[in-house]
Amino acid sequence: MAKVMLGESEKWFIIHGIQDDMRNDGRSCEDYRHIEVETGVVSNTHGSSRLRLGSSELLVGVKVELGSPDPKAPTEGLIHFHVDCSPNADPSFQGRGGEDLSANISCILTRIYCNKSSIDLNTLGIIPHKQCWVVHVDVLILECGGNLLDAVSVAVKAALHNTGVPNIQVTDGDEGTQEISLPDDPNDVKFINTINAPVLVTISKVGSRHVVDASAEEELCCNASLVMGVTKRGRTTGMRKMGGGSLDPESIPEMIGTGKNIGRQLHISLDKLLKTEQGMAEDIEKAGYL
Amino acid sequence: MSNITIRLPSTRRTQNQYETGTSYLVTPGDVITEDTDYMRGHGTYCTGDADDKLYSSVAGVVERINKLICVRALKSRYTGEVGDIVVGRVKEVQQKRWKIETNSRLDSILQLSSVNLPGGELRRRSATDELNMRSYLNEGDLISAEVPQVNVDGILSLHTRSLRYGKLSQGCLVIVSPSLIKRRKNHIHNLSCGASIILANNGYIWIYTTQHSSQTEEGDGGFIISNESIPIEDREIICRLRNCIKCLAKRSVVLYDTSILYAYEASMSYKVKQLLDDEVCDEIVNKTIYLLQQANVGNSEY
Repeated sequence: MAKVMLGESEKWFIIHGIQDDMRNDGRSCEDYRHIEVETGVVSNTHGSSRLRLGSSELLVGVKVELGSPDPKAPTEGLIHFHVDCSPNADPSFQGRGGEDLSANISCILTRIYCNKSSIDLNTLGIIPHKQCWVVHVDVLILECGGNLLDAVSVAVKAALHNTGVPNIQVTDGDEGTQEISLPDDPNDVKFINTINAPVLVTISKVGSRHVVDASAEEELCCNASLVMGVTKRGRTTGMRKMGGGSLDPESIPEMIGTGKNIGRQLHISLDKLLKTEQGMAEDIEKAGYL
Repeated sequence: MSNITIRLPSTRRTQNQYETGTSYLVTPGDVITEDTDYMRGHGTYCTGDADDKLYSSVAGVVERINKLICVRALKSRYTGEVGDIVVGRVKEVQQKRWKIETNSRLDSILQLSSVNLPGGELRRRSATDELNMRSYLNEGDLISAEVPQVNVDGILSLHTRSLRYGKLSQGCLVIVSPSLIKRRKNHIHNLSCGASIILANNGYIWIYTTQHSSQTEEGDGGFIISNESIPIEDREIICRLRNCIKCLAKRSVVLYDTSILYAYEASMSYKVKQLLDDEVCDEIVNKTIYLLQQANVGNSEY
């Protein structure tokens, strides 16, 4: 992640602050920084979103294309996640510098989405064994301000919510083949149902307490964290421990409980915002990068 | 019970009721004037061609003083002056010196001979001192220092010869643009709200608890580092100051002890974490600007 350096005394200041439930910017251990989300910002994608969390800035674009399904799941479509760390975020991301981080994040996203209920992949199938929709989710990280995983997952959910898959017709052609015809109207789309899409919550252990939404400085003071994918109903779709430090087995259930609570709240706020945005008139100007 | 707010950027309203007039903004390469009468100042250049047009070389505001035109950059690195106070982070430990990062174009240098030894000893630095450099200042440590000399190439030489300067212990660092720090006689303040602050000229602001040490009035040169927990009331003051300074910096209000104190008092009606809201931030900054203008009307000089 971005290179922030801290002296030993500053680290102690942060650790003691977290112990007293007052972080450097006055938040308590379970508070998130302000999040700003906007969907439909990139016009040549099927769905997109832009997110700002503290000083982290991301852009997600979703494109769908026709492809052949996995032989093990012939009626289902496919989702691929790809993360790109822009050198805008950190000079060390130039060339192949950001590959480790990208691979890590896309691996975690794949993990939390690869189950039957997150996105109903059957709705993305067209002709069993032959054609299906392949959804490519591309995340571009423009600024790293701590807590990237949570930000990426919220942005991905918003982008998928905004993704419209064209309504195609399958007709029988000559000689028993089937033909696919795309609609003429570009607005004739079917939106992906993201009601069960999970969101990542990172719970970082600092000292003897855990914090949610760690800033870049707080991440330097924590040596172990738990990342979990949580759905709207509070069910966990995936979990991973990050960092080289150790977690006390007695504190893990508490961290998981916090993660589920926070995940539920994130979903409530995000769904409310997406509904508001959908209800707004088409001609309201998007803020974009102003 | 935490409250997670997610909102649309278009609903973000920023009040700019105190903005006066339109400034003449330019970007690099813009033509400022075609008149040949003017003298070129900082931030301008003219190509050797016959047309004699004056171009801007930075992005900023054009300032004209009689016949001199210069462009003041909106965002720039810190250029040191002799006598400035800087707060910097140790980047590298070299043979007889430390390389300090101070938000300037090149790293500044702190020589081993320019730091005070513990207890204020005066002696020639030996080889043992050289080997023990890391025990005093390690990579990542923050120090406060003064600039006695600026080299020809722009590299600042620092010194921590007085016991007021030295390694900084527990506190909070806020980074703002160097142009927002007002140049005054005193940059280290013990604010009346209960915390102390160093407003370094390079834009690094260090907020810490007021030392109630009985040993010296000046300080200890950073040799006594306490990593004990700070009481929560003091911590709250530091966090509140940090948020106030961030609000003021966002709206480009010049930072000095009076403006920070006004912002602090205006923020008392909110909880510390509410200061992270854009609307609350605008309200506090507007109040501060209003109070500063009132103060200026009353006095004829700052």
